[in-house]
Amino acid sequence: MLEKALKGSPRYWGTLTALGMVMLLGLGFWLYQLTFGMQITGLNRDVSWGFYIAQFTYLVGVAASAVMLVLPYYFHHYKEFSKMIILGEFLAIAAVVMCLGFIVVDIGQPQRMLNVLLNPTPHSVLFWDMVVLNGYLFLNIIVGWTSLQYFKNDMTPPKWVKILAIVSVIWAFSIHTVTAFLYAGLPGRHYFLTAIMAARFLASAFCSGPAILLLLVLFLRRLTGFDPGQKAINRLAVIITYAMCVNIFFFLLEVFTSFYSNMPGHMAPLIYLFQGIDGHTMMVPFMWTAVVLGLGSLLFLIPTPIRQKTPALVTGLIMLVIASWIDKGLGLLIGGFTPNPFETVTVYSPTIPEIMISLMIFSLGGIVLTVLWKIAIEVRVEVEGGNLSMVPPPAAE
Amino acid sequence: MKSSRRKFIKLAAVSAMGIGAARLGFLGDAPALAGDLPTATNFEEGLKAKHWGMAVFSAKFTPELIAKCRTACHTEHNVPDIAGQKEIKWFWGASYEESFPTEHGHYMAEKVEHRQFPLLCNQCEAPMCVKVCPTQATFQRPDGIVMMDFHRCIGCRYCMAGCPFGARSFNFQDPRPFIKEFNPLFPTRMRGVVEKCNFCAERLAIGKLPVCVEAAEGALVFGDLSDEQSDIRKALRENFAIRRKPDAGTSPSVYYIL
Amino acid sequence: MYNAKYIIPGILFFLALAFVPVIYNQGHVFEVKPELPKDQKECVLPTTEMRDKHMQLLNEWRNEAVRDGSRIFINAKGQKYVKSLTNTCMSCHPDKTKFCDRCHETVGVAPYCWDCHNLSPNQKSPIPPVASAAAGGH
Repeated sequence: MLEKALKGSPRYWGTLTALGMVMLLGLGFWLYQLTFGMQITGLNRDVSWGFYIAQFTYLVGVAASAVMLVLPYYFHHYKEFSKMIILGEFLAIAAVVMCLGFIVVDIGQPQRMLNVLLNPTPHSVLFWDMVVLNGYLFLNIIVGWTSLQYFKNDMTPPKWVKILAIVSVIWAFSIHTVTAFLYAGLPGRHYFLTAIMAARFLASAFCSGPAILLLLVLFLRRLTGFDPGQKAINRLAVIITYAMCVNIFFFLLEVFTSFYSNMPGHMAPLIYLFQGIDGHTMMVPFMWTAVVLGLGSLLFLIPTPIRQKTPALVTGLIMLVIASWIDKGLGLLIGGFTPNPFETVTVYSPTIPEIMISLMIFSLGGIVLTVLWKIAIEVRVEVEGGNLSMVPPPAAE
Repeated sequence: MKSSRRKFIKLAAVSAMGIGAARLGFLGDAPALAGDLPTATNFEEGLKAKHWGMAVFSAKFTPELIAKCRTACHTEHNVPDIAGQKEIKWFWGASYEESFPTEHGHYMAEKVEHRQFPLLCNQCEAPMCVKVCPTQATFQRPDGIVMMDFHRCIGCRYCMAGCPFGARSFNFQDPRPFIKEFNPLFPTRMRGVVEKCNFCAERLAIGKLPVCVEAAEGALVFGDLSDEQSDIRKALRENFAIRRKPDAGTSPSVYYIL
Repeated sequence: MYNAKYIIPGILFFLALAFVPVIYNQGHVFEVKPELPKDQKECVLPTTEMRDKHMQLLNEWRNEAVRDGSRIFINAKGQKYVKSLTNTCMSCHPDKTKFCDRCHETVGVAPYCWDCHNLSPNQKSPIPPVASAAAGGH
């Protein structure tokens, strides 16, 4: 099926070239980091994890969110998702690739990375995170690719594919749970040290991941006329809405526990994020933007008549993605490390090289996703006939 | 019992020598020479304990004494002198508020409120850094010292997230150009690895006390916490001591006598 | 065979590429003479063993010294040595360029010992950082 990625319209190649250019640009910055060390980042002694690890965490959520399609499809035989499920699995692959990329650029001695395998350490959550992430990557490659192959040949996938798909559902929960455990077990970091960290991670993953998927699918529908079915779109939007409500609810639980208990350590990170401490208010505008957009997204998503209108749905989803990204891709890590162990504030903000290197990895993910989705859609076009030229039909809506 | 008593006597003797001989040997101001190379015989006389610990007579510490200990430590271990947020430190001073942030003292005794406390790795009994390290680059020795194997560190900085005491520093850049006082007998580090105080494991191995203990001239007591007869246990028996953030559950081996 | 006109030249090209180092080095005499210490007759292990296995020995030393706190090496003759690259090895072999590098450069290896370890126990200042390639400092 790989040959389908080798032939494409100028638009396809244009997309890949553009992403490739961004990646090359970022690569230059990565070489800069490899030559001069992590001093080119905004990280410091007190905020020792930052933008890279935050993106890693956010993308683990995106990867895990494929389960919101796989679970209804395989557990509840919800066949409406049959057209979208492969896109979800391939998005998960791209997301895990990005996760691994963010780990590679974050560590100080990347060429020693295999030490994690040479000295397996079961008491380190990072060891388990490596195990589950790589496992999840392979599960999705095997399940996604094999299902697509059988679909292409007009055959029912073998039984073991279904078994692996079911394993991948449980596995998806495990990747984000283990990622939450990276943080939730650290005694000195109050913002991380919470029993519902894994639950919060899953809730935010199950709204933001499918939201990104749905946005991309709606974009794809506009571009190519590939239609996953309105029923599937509506159902996924409902799932996203519920997950976002749970996500906000869980966050409010944190706020309650911190402030009703009045425990200084637990309140401090929230105060830093939403109000600032000692005049350090860098995070405040971001966090309040997240609040406004997060709650605002629900205004578009909860009322069914509004949600079912595509422009409103798109607006709501974009708001949701931005809000959840600020919460998890920015606030989580910075709040976790601020105040520092001396209860003072050390300010962290990502530098330009840090952001460019992150863009490199996002472009890499974009390339993986473009190629995989191209294959998936070409296969569907080949089997079901239709719009081979990939030009949108006159009435896509 | 007998052996622990012998150990105690030996340790006591070395302690006495150490205090008298502060700033002797290759830690002097002149560049070190190979004349002081530790021999195999020196290593046979290494100090041993079941659980090394430290008691800090904090009232004896002035900012000057902290600076003196810090210089001794940082010179011995080739700790680079980097200013700003990417600083590397094994031994440093901080206020009561910063040292014991979970105590939230109000109406404090003035002398304590304005005191600078010497801080270093707590050499915890249940170290979080060891637990989280994915390569066992940070590990705990049978004598309680939390050591780093720099060869193995991948620079993931998980230990820095795990440590509740901010005792760990990351080499964001090549440290060598920033080493002011150089000790050729101890390696430097490369960039991309984490480092911290090692309780002078390399000195204990040749029968010497940690260099900060020597420099502190009695304000730091070092010894075997599992030996009831040790100097440190005596100091803790006779004085009220607290540890930093005990509710983080890591059980520090460094005690602060207020 | 399908497409033989592409595949066979391709295989030949690959083989040629793989054998370039062998062909390139044909006729070259492999002879390296590291400078040996003048005042010392023997190393911690016999010369042949050191030549073949010094990297394993150093690897064992570093693990044992750092991780197990075992810092004395006793060889077959019962002689005791401190397990230390700088303080033991480099005390006798003071010039890295005339000892280590001669072999390492010939065989094309670049161990990164010196990123941290000092060249000699008499060194006055840390060796300045070597401007390194993008490979991450090695």
